[in-house]
Amino acid sequence: MQQISLLLTSLPDGILLGFVYGVAAMGLTLIWGVMDVINLSHGPIIALGMFGTFFLFIRSGINPYLGLIPIAIVGLLLGVVIYFVAVHRVINAPHLSSLLATFSVNMIIIGIGTAVVTTSPYNVDFNMGSFQLGSTTVLGTRLIAALIAILVTGGLYLFLFRTRPGKYIRAVTNNRSAAELMGIPSTRILALSFGLGTMLAAVSGALISTFFPFSILAGGSYELKSFVIGVLGGLGNPIGALFGGLILGVLEGAIPAFLETSWVPVIEFGLFVVILLVRPNGLFGAKQ
Amino acid sequence: MKNWRNHLGLLLPMLVVIGFSLWPVITGNISTRESAFTILKAIALASSLNILLGYTGYVSFGHIVFYGFGGYIGLYFVNQQDWSIWAGMLVGGISAGILAFLLGKAILRLRGAYFALATIGINEAMKALFNNLDLFGGPIGMVLNFSVYKAYGGAAKALGMAFYIMAGLTIIALIISHLVRTSKFGLGLLAIREDEDAAEVMGVVAPDTKTWAYVLSAIIPGMVGVLFFFKNGNVEPHVAFPLHSSIELLVMVMLGGQGTVLGPILGAFAYQGMRGYFVTSEFFKDIQLSVSGVLLLLIVLFIPAGAVGWLRQKFPTLRRVLQ
Repeated sequence: MQQISLLLTSLPDGILLGFVYGVAAMGLTLIWGVMDVINLSHGPIIALGMFGTFFLFIRSGINPYLGLIPIAIVGLLLGVVIYFVAVHRVINAPHLSSLLATFSVNMIIIGIGTAVVTTSPYNVDFNMGSFQLGSTTVLGTRLIAALIAILVTGGLYLFLFRTRPGKYIRAVTNNRSAAELMGIPSTRILALSFGLGTMLAAVSGALISTFFPFSILAGGSYELKSFVIGVLGGLGNPIGALFGGLILGVLEGAIPAFLETSWVPVIEFGLFVVILLVRPNGLFGAKQ
Repeated sequence: MKNWRNHLGLLLPMLVVIGFSLWPVITGNISTRESAFTILKAIALASSLNILLGYTGYVSFGHIVFYGFGGYIGLYFVNQQDWSIWAGMLVGGISAGILAFLLGKAILRLRGAYFALATIGINEAMKALFNNLDLFGGPIGMVLNFSVYKAYGGAAKALGMAFYIMAGLTIIALIISHLVRTSKFGLGLLAIREDEDAAEVMGVVAPDTKTWAYVLSAIIPGMVGVLFFFKNGNVEPHVAFPLHSSIELLVMVMLGGQGTVLGPILGAFAYQGMRGYFVTSEFFKDIQLSVSGVLLLLIVLFIPAGAVGWLRQKFPTLRRVLQ
C-alpha cells in the first residue's frame, strides 16, 4: 500500500519530466535519422540552452518562457555553423569520423564554457507556484515545461509533414541520392536538419534549467538519456522520441517506489542495450 | 627467426616503449616516473582498443568498461582475499575477457553506430550496477588496506614495482597487437573491417572472429585496471568507468593512425603530452579542452588516416617499418 502511494506521488512528476526529455532526444534522433550521425555535441548544447536561460533571466530579467525564442533562434544558427564547420566534410566518411568530429565540437564548447562560467553549479530561481493533484504536489514550472514540450512536438510534426522544407527533410532521410535527383538541395537540408536538432537540444536545456540546478557539464547525463529515449522511440523517428521520453519518465517515476533510486540507471541502460539488440528500430519502429 | 623481416614492424614500437620505461630509471625522478606511467597506461589501453577499432572496424565507445570491471574484480581479491597483485591481475584480465566474450556474443551482431551506442549503454549500466553492489563498497568504492603494500616492501617500493609491471603489460599489449596484425586471424579481422559480408563469403567465420578480437582487446585493459587501482590505493565507480576516458582512447588511436601497431603509441604519447603541456601552461590552462578539440577536429577533417597512416601513404618505402 505504501508503495502505491509512493508511486502515485512520484509518477506525475516523472511523466512531466518525460515530455521534456523527449524534446532533447528529438533533436538527437532527428539528426541521426537524416544523416546517420550521432551528435556527441548534443550534451554541451543542452547545457548552453540552460545557460541561455540563466543569462537572459537572471542577468536581463527576461521571462524564461519568452527567452525560449532567442534561445531557439541562436540554437538553430549554431547548429548550421557546427554542420558546415565540423560535420559536412565527414558526412560520407565512416562513423568514427563523424563521431569524433562532433566530439571535438563537444570539447570546444565545454572548454570555452569552463573558461567562462567554470564548472560550478548554477541555479535559475524561478517559481510558478504549485497545486495539489490527489496526494501529490505538481510544480507549475514542470507542468508548463511539459506543455511547451508537447507544443514543440506538435510544431515539429506540422513542420515535417505540412511544409515544403519539412517534406524535403523527410525525403533526404528516406534516400539522400534519390532526393538529390529530384532536385532537393541536400546540403542545405542537411544543414537545416542539424540546426533543428541543436535547436531542440537548446530548448530542452532551457526548459530543464527552470527546475534543476545545472553546470556546463550537466548536458552529459541528458545526452545519455537522449540516447536511451532515441532507441526506445526508434532512432530517426523524432515523433517517437516523445513517447520514448514518456516511457523513460514513467520508469524514473515508478522505479523508486520499488527499488532504491540508484538502481534507476542500471535498469534504464540495461533496457537500452536489450532494446538495441531486440528491436533496433525502437518499440514503435516498423519491422525490417 | 627465418622470417625476421615480417617482424620489422615491431622494432619501432618496442624501441619507443622501452625508451619510455627507461626514461625514469635514467633520470631517477619520481615525477618523471608518474608521467611515464600515465603514457604507458595510455599506450597499453589504446593498443588494445586498436585490435577492435583499427583491425576489425568496430567503434567501441565504452571500452573503458573492461578496465573498470577487471580492476574492480582484481582489486577485490587483492584487498579482501589477500591475494598477491599477480594473481589479482590475472583474475582481473580473465574476468574482463569473460565479460567481453559474453557481451561480444550479444552485441557484436550490431553494426556501425548501433554497436557504438550499445557499448556506451553497457558502460553506463555497469557503472550504475557497481554503484549498487555492497560487496564492492557501493558508491564509496573500495580503499586498499595499507598493509597490502607490506608484502612488496612498503608503499614506495610497491609503486616503483607497479611502474615496471606497467611497462611489462604495455610490451605484452604491443606483442599481441603485432601478432594479431601479422596472423591469419588478423587478416580475417581486416577483411571484416573492409566488408563483413564479403569476408563471410570468403570463409571468415565473422561472429567467432569478432568475438575473439573483442576478448583479446579486453584482457589487457582488465589487467591495467587492477594495477592502476592497486597503485592508486582505491577504486570508485565513477573513476573506474569514465566514459570520457573511453572517448580519449578513440582520439589517441585516431591521432596516431588506426589499424597500425605504431599508431596508437604515437597517438597516446602525443595526446598525453599535449594534455600535460596545456594543463600546466599559463596561457592555455583555462581553455585547454577547446584547443585539444580544435586540433582533433582538424585531424579528423584533414588527416583521417592519422599520423602513421599519412606517412605510409606519402612514403611507401617506409611501409615495412611503419606497421
